Amino acid sequence: MARTLINMPKRARRGEIVEIKAMIAHVMETGYRRTETGAAIPRDILRLFVCTCDGEEVFRAEIHPGIAANPYFAFSALAAGSGTFVFSWTGDNGFAATESVRLEIE
Amino acid sequence: MSARCAAVLLAAALPALAGEIPPAQRVSGYEQMSRETRAMQDDAAANPAALWVAEGEALWKLKAGTVERACADCHGESGDSMKGVAARHPVIDSGSGRPRNLEQSINRCRTMRQGAAPLDYESRELLALTAFVASQSRGMPIAVEESERSRPFIEAGREIFELRLGQVDIACAQCHDDYWGRRLAGSVIPQGHPTGYPLYRLEWQGVGSLQRRLRGCMAGVRAQPFDYGSPELVNLELFLMWRARDMAVETPAIRP
Amino acid sequence: MRRRDFLAATGAVAGTLALRADLASATPEQAQEAIRALVGGGTLRKGRVKLDLPPLVENGNAVPLTVTVDSAMSAMDRVRAIHVIAEKNPQPVVAVLRFGPRAGRAAASTRIRLADTQTVVAVAEMADGTFWSGSAEALVTMSACVEGV
Repeated sequence: MARTLINMPKRARRGEIVEIKAMIAHVMETGYRRTETGAAIPRDILRLFVCTCDGEEVFRAEIHPGIAANPYFAFSALAAGSGTFVFSWTGDNGFAATESVRLEIE
Repeated sequence: MSARCAAVLLAAALPALAGEIPPAQRVSGYEQMSRETRAMQDDAAANPAALWVAEGEALWKLKAGTVERACADCHGESGDSMKGVAARHPVIDSGSGRPRNLEQSINRCRTMRQGAAPLDYESRELLALTAFVASQSRGMPIAVEESERSRPFIEAGREIFELRLGQVDIACAQCHDDYWGRRLAGSVIPQGHPTGYPLYRLEWQGVGSLQRRLRGCMAGVRAQPFDYGSPELVNLELFLMWRARDMAVETPAIRP
Repeated sequence: MRRRDFLAATGAVAGTLALRADLASATPEQAQEAIRALVGGGTLRKGRVKLDLPPLVENGNAVPLTVTVDSAMSAMDRVRAIHVIAEKNPQPVVAVLRFGPRAGRAAASTRIRLADTQTVVAVAEMADGTFWSGSAEALVTMSACVEGV
């Protein structure tokens, strides 16, 4: 699976807002680049990033070629209760990656 | 001597007269970047090179080669034992008496201790391992060996640094000693200290080694780049690290 | 040459020209059209949306961007989505950031590509059906997307 990095606390107080940073290794080939000999390099990008907590959606990003390589998203979530955060990325050529992090309420 | 002769001789002599940057005036390319790019380098959770460091950490713990041995098996799980290693590279190889850079040290360990095949320059695995090992030296002062046995190679590297190269016929020293801080096609010319390698270059949209950057510069002056791993490039690396002595390691850095 | 072959030849050329047009950067008018399409019959007002972008970009391949919307993120006052539009990129819509029921603050950061010196617009879609926008300008010294490999 592609390399991913999730940065978020593992513990929080109920009702607290937790900051989440998620990054994934992906070339995000735009489809506009050409090789030295002029051949077009086909598009190969991520299309969607979704973060859920216990199945409820926190944040999603619909991704287009204008997002930089190795896509990075920072956002926040409401710590309503202990739960499992699931991060999933999908893209061209059947690309799929998932990570999960458990958050415990203190 | 005619005035024209004198002018030509003076023009030829100028680059030799312009000397190295006084140690107190040395600055890392970090200082010349925008606030936002610097922030990207400083935030481990946002620095894209962290993806390579994380992969390096995984490879560090992976059993490899005919003897099924991981780097961690000899050097420890955490990588702490690698503190200072990158700050001292290139080192002088006791066998050959010649300098050896970090990539070569890693490959030497792979072949001699793990029975594993050496990794290619700019391969995902070698960049990841080098980034992981070098990041252990972050914040430490660069301190390559300065001795009777290293001096000839530092000087060989200096010769290349001061040599006019390529169709553009320009030496590294002319841009990076004499014109640093000024602009070349919209980009600010840095002094060229390799404090943060391997680093994430926005231009590459990925992590690359110092040798990749040096070869890119050589192509830029329309010179045939030295081969990856060539003695010329390793000597130049040694000289550049000596030139950056006492400056802090920034690996993994970000540069435009 | 037979008529059919001649038409095929010119058709191929026209097809190539169409491809070239795709590669050309979008115009601010096309970006405005994209914004009009997403707003539809709703109202669009300037305000409440703060877009942080470096004013001078050394390399357009990775430009840090933060959008913050002045919203309590309560049931009554909530951001549904933020549309990020770069008016001169080959495709003006860069990303659509959607906030779910478990979202925290009405803010997000990412890194985008900028193909030229341009204005970037963020349009916030509120739960009450209104739209608010903010923008920022960036001077790009090294363009993304449209430079060679």
